[in-house]
Amino acid sequence: MADTMELRDIEVWDGNMAASHALRQAQVDVVAAYPITPSTPIVENYANFTANGYVDGEFVMTESEHGAMSCCIGAAAAGGRVATATSSQGFALMVETLYSASGMRLPIVLNVVNRALGAPLNVNGDHSDMYLGRDSGWIQLDAYCPQEAYDMNFIAFRVTEDHDVRLPAIVNQDGFMTSHTAQGVKTLSDEVAYKFVGEYKPMNDMLDLDHPVTHGVQTEEDWHFEHKARQQHALMTIVIPKIEAAFADFEKLTGRKYNIVETYNMEDAEVAVVCMGTSVETAREVAVEMREQHGIKAGVIGIRVFRPWPLQQIAAALKDVKAVGLLDRSSPHGAMGTLYNEVSGALFNTDTKAVLTNYIYGLGGRDLTKAHLTAIFKELKANADAGKPTTPLQQYIGLRGPKLSFF
Amino acid sequence: MEKKGWDGFEIGAMLRSFDGATQDIATTLPENRPYSQSNSFTASVADWRIEKPLFNKEYCIDCQFCWIYCPDMSIISRDKKMVGIDFDHCKGCGICVQVCPTNPKSLLMFPEQKDEEAALAEWPKKEKKADAEVKED
Repeated sequence: MADTMELRDIEVWDGNMAASHALRQAQVDVVAAYPITPSTPIVENYANFTANGYVDGEFVMTESEHGAMSCCIGAAAAGGRVATATSSQGFALMVETLYSASGMRLPIVLNVVNRALGAPLNVNGDHSDMYLGRDSGWIQLDAYCPQEAYDMNFIAFRVTEDHDVRLPAIVNQDGFMTSHTAQGVKTLSDEVAYKFVGEYKPMNDMLDLDHPVTHGVQTEEDWHFEHKARQQHALMTIVIPKIEAAFADFEKLTGRKYNIVETYNMEDAEVAVVCMGTSVETAREVAVEMREQHGIKAGVIGIRVFRPWPLQQIAAALKDVKAVGLLDRSSPHGAMGTLYNEVSGALFNTDTKAVLTNYIYGLGGRDLTKAHLTAIFKELKANADAGKPTTPLQQYIGLRGPKLSFF
Repeated sequence: MEKKGWDGFEIGAMLRSFDGATQDIATTLPENRPYSQSNSFTASVADWRIEKPLFNKEYCIDCQFCWIYCPDMSIISRDKKMVGIDFDHCKGCGICVQVCPTNPKSLLMFPEQKDEEAALAEWPKKEKKADAEVKED
C-alpha cells in the first residue's frame, strides 16, 4: 500500500510539480515515460514518488516517446489506470500512437507541457504541439496556471475513464510559463483527491482471461468508417456533458469553478480576444485596464476545452461582440490560425456579424506583453467602430523586422 | 450476415474471441469452442493462397512437426495424429512441407487448382540414400 503524503493546504508548486502530485494522488497503475523538456519534471517527480513508496503502480522508462505511448496503450488495454507526460518533439513522435489510443477507445491521461516544434530547435512555450494533436481524437483540456494543471488532471481522469467516454485526454499547460513558474496551489488531501477520481473500472480488459478480446484490430473499407464515426459521435455528443458534470462535482468539492469556455468581462463586452494558456491571464488583466483607462469594453474568452471544439458555447459567448481578435500561438504555416478558422466556423451561420482578425504571437516562447494586448484591443475597437476590418486579417505580434501581415 | 451500422457494435477497435465467458479453452477442441462471429476462425482466407500443401498419410509418422511449425494453426491434429489441413486458414506458406522429415515427404506443395487424387497418384517415390546425398551436394 502506497504511503500517504501530508500536504499543506496551499503548496508552492510549479505546473509540473502540480501535475505530478495529481498523478500520484490518482494512484496510476502504469506511467510509461520518456522525459523531454519542459515536461521532464512531471515524470521525474513521479519516479521519485514511486521510489520513495508513495506510488503502488509501475514506472516504466521507455526508449522513446513512441515507445512510451505504445506502452501506455498496452497497459490501458490490459486494464489499468495509465498516464504520462511529454512536450514538443516528443509529442510529435507520439502522434502515430495517439491515433491508436483514441481509436482503440483507451482511457489515458497525457500531460502535454506545450513547447515549440523545431526547426529551429526551441525548448520554450508555444502551442505548436497542442495544435499538432488537434485531429488525433483526444480530449484536450487547457490549464492556464499551476493550480489548473493540478485540477485538470483530476477532471481528465474522471472523464477519460467514464465507460460512456473511453477516449484519452490531454492536459495542456504552457512550457516554462506554467510548468516552471511556482505559484500557490490549493491542494486536496490524498484521500479526497483519490475519491474524486474514483476507483478504476476496467472495460474489455485483456487481463479478463474468461472473456478474451483482441485489441487494435484491422478494418478496411467495410468497417473503418463506422468506427471513426462512432468515435466522432462520442466526442461530439457525450464528452462535453461529462466534462460539465465533472466540473460541477469539482466545484462542489473545492469551490473552484471551471467552464467549457471561460468568459471574463464578457457580459457587456464590445470587443474580445480569444486565447489559450497563460495568455488568458495576461489578457484578463489588460481587459480590466482597457475599461478603466481607455473606456473600451473589453472581454476575454479562454478556451478551456480545445477538443472537442465547443462550437455552440463559443458562438453563445461571442454573440453580442462587435470585434474579436483570435490569438494563435502557433505558426499556421500557410493558412489562417486555428482559432481564427474555428471561431469563424462557430459564428458564420449565426446572426453575429463580428469583425474577426487573427494575431500570431509568442512563437518559441516570445513574450506576449501587456503593451501588445493593449494595442490589439485598440485595433479591435477600431474594427468594431468601423464595422469592418481596419487591419490586415492576420498580423504577427512582437516580431522584429518589417511589419508582417496577410490578407 | 448484414453488417451493423456505426451505432451497432461495441466501442474500440476490439473484437471478442468467444460468445460469453470461457473456461479451460486450451483443453477445448476448436470445433467445440464458442467462437464469436467476429473471430477470425469464422473467416476464410483461402483465396490468399496460390499453392496449397497436400497430405499423403501413407508416409506420415505423426511427428507433429507440421502442427508445431504452422504459423496459422492450420494443421488439424487429433490425439497426436495428423488429420489434414484447414484450407480456410492455410495461406500456402509451405513451412509444413519444409519441416516434414519423412522420405518421401508426407506434405508437398501443389498448384491451388491441382486435383488431390491426381496429386496422390503422382507422389514421388522414396529417394535412395545415395541419390539424396548426391542431390545435397
